[in-house]
Amino acid sequence: MGVYLIRRIGQSVLALIGITLVAFLLIQLVPGNPARVILGPRASVSAVAALRRAMGLDRSLLAQYWSFLTNAFRLNFGYSAVQQSPVASLLWPRLGSTLLLTAYATFVSVLLAVPLALASALKRNRPADHAVRLMTMVTFAMPSFWLGLVLILLLAVKFTVFPTSGYGVGVFGHLDSLTLPALALGLGIAPLILRTLRGSIVDTLGSEFVEAARARGLGELRVLGRYVLRNSLVASVTVVAINVGYILSIVVVIENVFALPGLGSLLVTSVQDRDFPVVQGVALLLGAIVVIINLVTDLGYSLLDPRIRLSGRN
Amino acid sequence: MAVTEAAWPSARSGEYLRRIERLRRRATAERRWSTFSMWIGVGIVVLVPAISALGPLLGFGHPNAPNFSAILVPPSLAHPFGTDALGRDVLSRVLAATPLDYEVGGITTLVAGVIGVMLGGIAGYFGGALDAVIMRIVDVLIAFPFMIFVMAFVAVFGPGLTGIYVGLTAFGWAFFARVTRAEMLVVRERQYIAAARTAGLSSSRILRVHALPNVLRPNFVVAMATMVWNILTLAALSYLGLGVQPPTPEWGSIVAGGQTIMFSAWWVSTLPGLIIVLVGVGFSLIGDSVADRFGYDFRITV
Repeated sequence: MGVYLIRRIGQSVLALIGITLVAFLLIQLVPGNPARVILGPRASVSAVAALRRAMGLDRSLLAQYWSFLTNAFRLNFGYSAVQQSPVASLLWPRLGSTLLLTAYATFVSVLLAVPLALASALKRNRPADHAVRLMTMVTFAMPSFWLGLVLILLLAVKFTVFPTSGYGVGVFGHLDSLTLPALALGLGIAPLILRTLRGSIVDTLGSEFVEAARARGLGELRVLGRYVLRNSLVASVTVVAINVGYILSIVVVIENVFALPGLGSLLVTSVQDRDFPVVQGVALLLGAIVVIINLVTDLGYSLLDPRIRLSGRN
Repeated sequence: MAVTEAAWPSARSGEYLRRIERLRRRATAERRWSTFSMWIGVGIVVLVPAISALGPLLGFGHPNAPNFSAILVPPSLAHPFGTDALGRDVLSRVLAATPLDYEVGGITTLVAGVIGVMLGGIAGYFGGALDAVIMRIVDVLIAFPFMIFVMAFVAVFGPGLTGIYVGLTAFGWAFFARVTRAEMLVVRERQYIAAARTAGLSSSRILRVHALPNVLRPNFVVAMATMVWNILTLAALSYLGLGVQPPTPEWGSIVAGGQTIMFSAWWVSTLPGLIIVLVGVGFSLIGDSVADRFGYDFRITV
């Protein structure tokens, strides 16, 4: 376990350093002077020079990266000249909304994917299976923002079940307003989970322990619930962890469709304003979340299943 | 459920032959179905731009010309997708956007594919430290939220297509590299590679002439998936106002344009989405039937 733990944590630290490197180098790619880009063409030469110095762009590349890296690890993401505020104090209040939506959407997608995958795997190559597969092909090609709008029209305007946009008040208000966004996201993510889940259920159904359970005369429901689904749920947790970057990508878009006060809407306005420190901050924060979720899943998984850490040793 | 060896009857019995016949028939049916769905996909993917090329000949009006006598007309025979707030025909705007979406999707997929196949091929063929470095970068890229990655490039170059081209290419190569490397690990052990080495060919020649052509096929499936992703990402970024700027029609920006009037004129922002879904399904059908035909386990959909 010790060796595996050190290796796996080392990988995550390397990935984090890689993400800081990319976020740092981005600003070096900006054509011209980033300070001029942020302040616009009408800003005075001295103001631009002052911002350039404040952002540390006049120092050597290595010195800049070192202070960027050490600040990032202290959760200091710099200062937004556009919003006149430290980036960190822009990020923290919005993190909760984004994480809540991500968790809610993941829950909805698992809720959608599990029964469909089960039906598809049990009725393999039958009409039900084909229907599920066709449906995933269509939902895979659906733009998330468009699906969000269609759901607003159907469930918020035609049948006024949910609010059209906004974040609501209190936990239940949040959950109520997040239901439509979570549904839009869940429909987009479900095909991803469904694909792996269906394969995993098909494999489990053919495994010897399921055959043994059937041979012992256990009821079909019990076999499915205790033996097949339990195994497959572990598989779907892994799929979610692997695809958390993809999920966050659609979350960013959906937050804008529903006017939610999360990191995604902050990111889009910052990209429009070319507010580089905020863009770097959001990219670092969400990138770090992806790395940490993957690390936690892998470690948790290896605690449950010793085969993982043994194969990691070779 | 599990078909075990013991369940099979003796090879001489009629039941055995009947079972074989049933399996063979199913395999033929599956192959026919896969060919059929591939041609459906090709049909969709070719027909949409072909119809769009007809443009004004269809008689729905110019995509960018306002017509203030026909503002927000609901879908009808004259305007199948209705008209928008400036009286422009929504269907002809959607069709006019096809070449742009194909161009961005196609170029980014192609360039990412070339880079990914080269780097993945080198990583798989030579192995060692180079392999480790390339694959670590691939792992980090694939795990990273692609939308945020591309948006960061849009921030760097400013709203418009430059950042999207660079961002989609800088992200997309990782998938090609991963698939190519896995395939290369198999190909490099083949006898014809050993024969080429014995014949004294240089590594670069073996890689270019003998190894890389044999790892291209699975990359075709990745290319179809990347095409769908890249078109969806371009549409999403344009929807958010970070991509193609109005009045140039683009699938995502047409949807965004209809959002403010969505509650009175539902058709402007909803119907264009159908074309995006149609084209996405078209590329997925092609990719998946190729994956089925050659037995790859990385299909685009289930």
